[in-house]
Amino acid sequence: MMDLLHWDGTLSAKDFRIGAVAFAQKWESLNFAFPPWVWVPCPKHPWLASPELLQEEGYLSMEKICISRLNEEDIDQTTQIDTDEEEASCSGNKDVIDDATLVQRNHHELHYYDFHIVYSNTFRVPVLYLRAYCSDGQPLQLDEIEKELPTCSSKELSKSKWTFITQEEHPHLKRPWYKLHPCGTGEWMKLLFLNDTAQPKFEVVLELYLLSWFSVVGQVVGLRIPFKMLNDR
Amino acid sequence: MEAQKYVWDGAIPLQIHLHESQVTTLPPPPPALILAPRIGYLPLLASLLKPYFSSTLPPGVDTIWFDYNGLPLKWYIPTGVLFDLLCAEPERPWNLTVHFRGYPGTVLIPCEGEDSVKWSYINSLKEAAYIMNGNCKNVMNMSQSDQLELWHSVMNGNLETYQRVSSKLKLATVEDEHTSLCSSKSQQGFGETDLAGQVKTGRVPVRLYVWSVSEDFDDLEDMPKVDSWEKISYINRPVEIHKEAGVDFEDALRIPSEDVSSDKVVEDHVQNAYEHREACSISSSAEIKLIRIQGIEPKLEIPFSWVVNNLMNPDYFLHICVCVKVPQQNST
Repeated sequence: MMDLLHWDGTLSAKDFRIGAVAFAQKWESLNFAFPPWVWVPCPKHPWLASPELLQEEGYLSMEKICISRLNEEDIDQTTQIDTDEEEASCSGNKDVIDDATLVQRNHHELHYYDFHIVYSNTFRVPVLYLRAYCSDGQPLQLDEIEKELPTCSSKELSKSKWTFITQEEHPHLKRPWYKLHPCGTGEWMKLLFLNDTAQPKFEVVLELYLLSWFSVVGQVVGLRIPFKMLNDR
Repeated sequence: MEAQKYVWDGAIPLQIHLHESQVTTLPPPPPALILAPRIGYLPLLASLLKPYFSSTLPPGVDTIWFDYNGLPLKWYIPTGVLFDLLCAEPERPWNLTVHFRGYPGTVLIPCEGEDSVKWSYINSLKEAAYIMNGNCKNVMNMSQSDQLELWHSVMNGNLETYQRVSSKLKLATVEDEHTSLCSSKSQQGFGETDLAGQVKTGRVPVRLYVWSVSEDFDDLEDMPKVDSWEKISYINRPVEIHKEAGVDFEDALRIPSEDVSSDKVVEDHVQNAYEHREACSISSSAEIKLIRIQGIEPKLEIPFSWVVNNLMNPDYFLHICVCVKVPQQNST
């Protein structure tokens, strides 16, 4: 049986898939004001995998989130039609029908965010990719995004830009996206679980992995999960 | 390390044409002829190209980018890799078009000059460090001056300086018989021991660029040209190898990466490994038609450790271009 003490806080690709499904389900059941996370499969070329192990690679997606800059505590609510999982594919994401209705709190320019949770083969942890744009689709630059982040994140960013948010090619969509640097994730993920006096089995750890991960990472981009929901297991 | 010297000295002769939309003088300027280091990056040529074309460029902001036959070139891929990948039949000189306007921001991530290239390099180095050592501390903790010195050694192709500064990083490299015999500098053993005293598998940073063809070609010239990045599968996945295994090059490409997943069983991985194996690189059903690393086509029987130690780029990654032949697909 897996011993948490010897665990390095990382996940295999297969475990990420399992954890992603668990995370998406938990997310929905916790009834936030956010739309659900959708798993987007990315079929591999047949010559890149042995037939018996054609494991489905993919990522989690939550898109068209409106973040209001003037209120760090509250997030504007965005509702959207649940995307059909079969229709969503790596190239077809842009075709997702959006019927967003917004509670407009302020009369300033609205910015939309797309979030993807992608597995990193190098760091063996989930990585948050994001992009931001205006209502006309015009992409936001990093400095504009920085202004919208909670103040502590902006400080981190100004200190050492390259260890925090970098602009890179999305591993599946092959387009420029922003990415939260995953170096160190394994370490603090391990700490999160080691602090748990209950010493859960790895199956439980896996189920909660992404939720715990997101509770930390989401804060950087202003998405806060109420802590009491995390404690309800 | 003679082979490393050859790699660092390797260069691609380029014939660079200014895009016609930016030519404001008659007659148009002749193309620039430049020998570009294989281990370098195209935007670094700006310091030579901008002055060369300055008299004909229209006024305005300059952001350099290149295309080959209309395909915008990804600037963070080393020049030699781009050449090996996009020219099945090596074209000498390699004809590229340079642009100083109209940066394709939807396709290419932004490049604001030398600084962007430097950060991209350092980030790759961090990634490689993480893969080999399990953490990026050594790169993160580099002093500013060391970082600069390392970067400049790469920019200027100064192998001596590079070796001196990079050895401070203590990045675990693969041990092989040849290296231990010839090399005088001490190399850290590959892979770490776990608590039970067993040598774990070690991970090697590898970036695979794979494209496929459906038939055989007598002449490389007849191979269909890569006209879109969609046709290339970029696989950034470490190769895991056992220290004692004596893996040859082909095996390393085809090895499924061992998935030590939820049941991280240390004692008896044989059964579990087979159950939890992840698909990795190239399946046994695909026939490898062409492999290029640093412009050479290594024999598949060469020990992988030699390939890694001698042909890796300054970012400690092995960049491998592979062409596979797959049977024609009936359905898309």
